[in-house]
Amino acid sequence: MLGLNKKDSTLLLIVAVLALLAPFILNPFPEGSSLAQFNAGYPDLMQRFVIFGIFAIGFNILFGLTGYLSFGHAAFLGVGSYAAIWMMKLLTLNVIPAIVMSIIVAGLFALVVGFVSLRRSGIYFSILTLAFAQMSYALAYSVLTPITGGETGLQLKATDRPLLSNLAEGEIGRASLFGVDMRTSFELAVGDWLWTFNMGYYIAAVVMLIAFYVSMRIFRSPFGMMLRAVKSNQQRMNYTGLNSKPYTLAAFVISGMYAGLAGGLMVAMDTQVGPERMFWTASGEVVLMTILGGAGTLIGPVLGAGLIKYMENIISKINSGILHEWFAFLPDGLEDALVFMVYPFIGKGWHLTLGIVFMLVVIFLPGGLVEGGQRIARLFRKKKADTPSDKDPEHHPKPTPHVAE
Amino acid sequence: MGILEVKGVGKRFGGLQALGDVNLSVQENTVHAIIGPNGAGKSTLLNCLVGKLIPDTGSVMFDGQSVLGRKPHEINQMGISRVFQTPEIFGDLTVLENVMIPCFARRDGAFRLHAIGSVKSEKGIMEMAETMLADVNMLEKRNMHAASLSRGDKRRLEMAMCLVQEPRLLLLDEPTAGMARADTNNTIDLLKEINEKRNITMAIIEHDMHVVFSLAERITVLAQGTPLVEDTPENIKGHPKVREAYLGEAH
Ligand SMILES: Nc1ncnc2c1ncn2[C@@H]1O[C@H](COP(=O)(O)OP(=O)(O)OP(=O)(O)O)[C@@H](O)[C@H]1O
Ligand SMILES: [Mg+2]
Repeated sequence: MLGLNKKDSTLLLIVAVLALLAPFILNPFPEGSSLAQFNAGYPDLMQRFVIFGIFAIGFNILFGLTGYLSFGHAAFLGVGSYAAIWMMKLLTLNVIPAIVMSIIVAGLFALVVGFVSLRRSGIYFSILTLAFAQMSYALAYSVLTPITGGETGLQLKATDRPLLSNLAEGEIGRASLFGVDMRTSFELAVGDWLWTFNMGYYIAAVVMLIAFYVSMRIFRSPFGMMLRAVKSNQQRMNYTGLNSKPYTLAAFVISGMYAGLAGGLMVAMDTQVGPERMFWTASGEVVLMTILGGAGTLIGPVLGAGLIKYMENIISKINSGILHEWFAFLPDGLEDALVFMVYPFIGKGWHLTLGIVFMLVVIFLPGGLVEGGQRIARLFRKKKADTPSDKDPEHHPKPTPHVAE
Repeated sequence: MGILEVKGVGKRFGGLQALGDVNLSVQENTVHAIIGPNGAGKSTLLNCLVGKLIPDTGSVMFDGQSVLGRKPHEINQMGISRVFQTPEIFGDLTVLENVMIPCFARRDGAFRLHAIGSVKSEKGIMEMAETMLADVNMLEKRNMHAASLSRGDKRRLEMAMCLVQEPRLLLLDEPTAGMARADTNNTIDLLKEINEKRNITMAIIEHDMHVVFSLAERITVLAQGTPLVEDTPENIKGHPKVREAYLGEAH
């Protein structure tokens, strides 16, 4: 299907179905039940799942394949956001030109940053990208205020008159796709359950599927193989007649374009941008997402993005009142003790939980969540214990564990 | 005129004159051995040929063109491949992929943004790589992780990677160092076969005299950065200067 082998097609199909049904899957608990706070099926969060998924998919093309660890990718996301909002302020409220522009501008910026940063490798490369991103942040925050809106950032205002729009006097423009407002939602209530189907989410999800498909093609292409060669042994590559520089630069620019796309989509959803989008913690977050999910795997970055965004939004909402409710069935003394112990890990303490999860994954599952999934799958397969060849690993050359699912 | 002409090459590392005034001419379709005691400058000379080092003086001409100042990938694209003293392979990739990469390099040049087609649909490249692996008796290991190969297999793989490019000149830096006798003999046979079947010119650095005398048609003896003599193996064996500078020490 679409030039993919059977395994990859299946994976793409599964991701597509999950994305389509996400409003159901992420809202498994009835409204008003005590578990409803674990529901993640509201538009704002679902949009963030797929947008950060795109960001991480792109980051993985650079980090997962070539091994070059950029600590400045949020700069491309931010630049993409600024480009998109200016398109919407000046040209049209349709999101497509805005998103296309964000990809182009981020790609050009990545070309410059990559050209300079890739003169070094290892930690020096990481520091150079970090320096670029922090400079971009500082510029956006102060010097370039006329373009970036400085600290307050940019949003659509009543005074914005995009060329190709017919807004009424004083009306604030809204992002749309050929006239359909991105905020359009359709709600479905069955019994106590409530599901929301949001226009913006579905557009972002389709873009994510395309981005995922493109990354699959890149992984399986000769170009993708060259990128893995860069990671494996650059010296051998050069003495084999291949110029590793343009390969790495191309990967850098492609991943920068993915970041720009994510930034453009963010603006398409909420029509605003601020410099904090470029802050170094945002660059660090995408590194965490990719490693947590499984660097160099296809689906890992999306899983990592989902997990981190879920924790950021769900665990951070739990407070001590909710904890007391949960442990109410216990004797009072025990209840208080338990709440006291769990409390640092919830609410504002969600970073602590994230840190622990991250450490556990890196130590016990260096291949990330994907490796966890593979181990579980292997357990099940062992239980079935079918063909004798399975029990005879000695006579099976160890297959390479690279770009697995 | 040889295919490789090295004239007056000198290289200095700080106070150490690693190469003095090296002249070397390798004739097409021959196996040319370079021998000499430790620290004689053999590896340094090879590094000057493939763009790893730039000599301070002299010229290096390959097939009438200067290689000096060119990048390693450009020199490879001219037709020079090198096998390293410690195998340099793509450890994270499969054996088959290791051999496919040089095939791509030969077909597509130093860079091509070939991101749409899939590797699996590159039947021609795949076949070329598989044939090469069959030639070095490694076809059944093609899906193995290259890093998990034995040392001998790694070296065979690296040779396959160089040979599949059909280089005009193959440089080998101590290809049998640290190998068991049986492995060494296999390597000798492989190199002999390659030289005869494919007509590939070879320059080989080697400490093992058994290997040198089984393969070489010409031998250059290097000592303290300068060539002592260049002659046929028969004459080298009996040469008093060589015995004094090298063989006496090695045996
Ligand atoms: N990059 C370098 N920097 C400084 N000195 C070097 C460098 N490379 C080689 N040398 C020195 O140059 C001299 C020649 O080294 P080279 O590696 O060419 O010797 P060799 O003939 O290959 O020896 P061996 O048989 O031990 O491999 C040695 O004294 C070595 O220490
Ligand atoms: Mg040496």
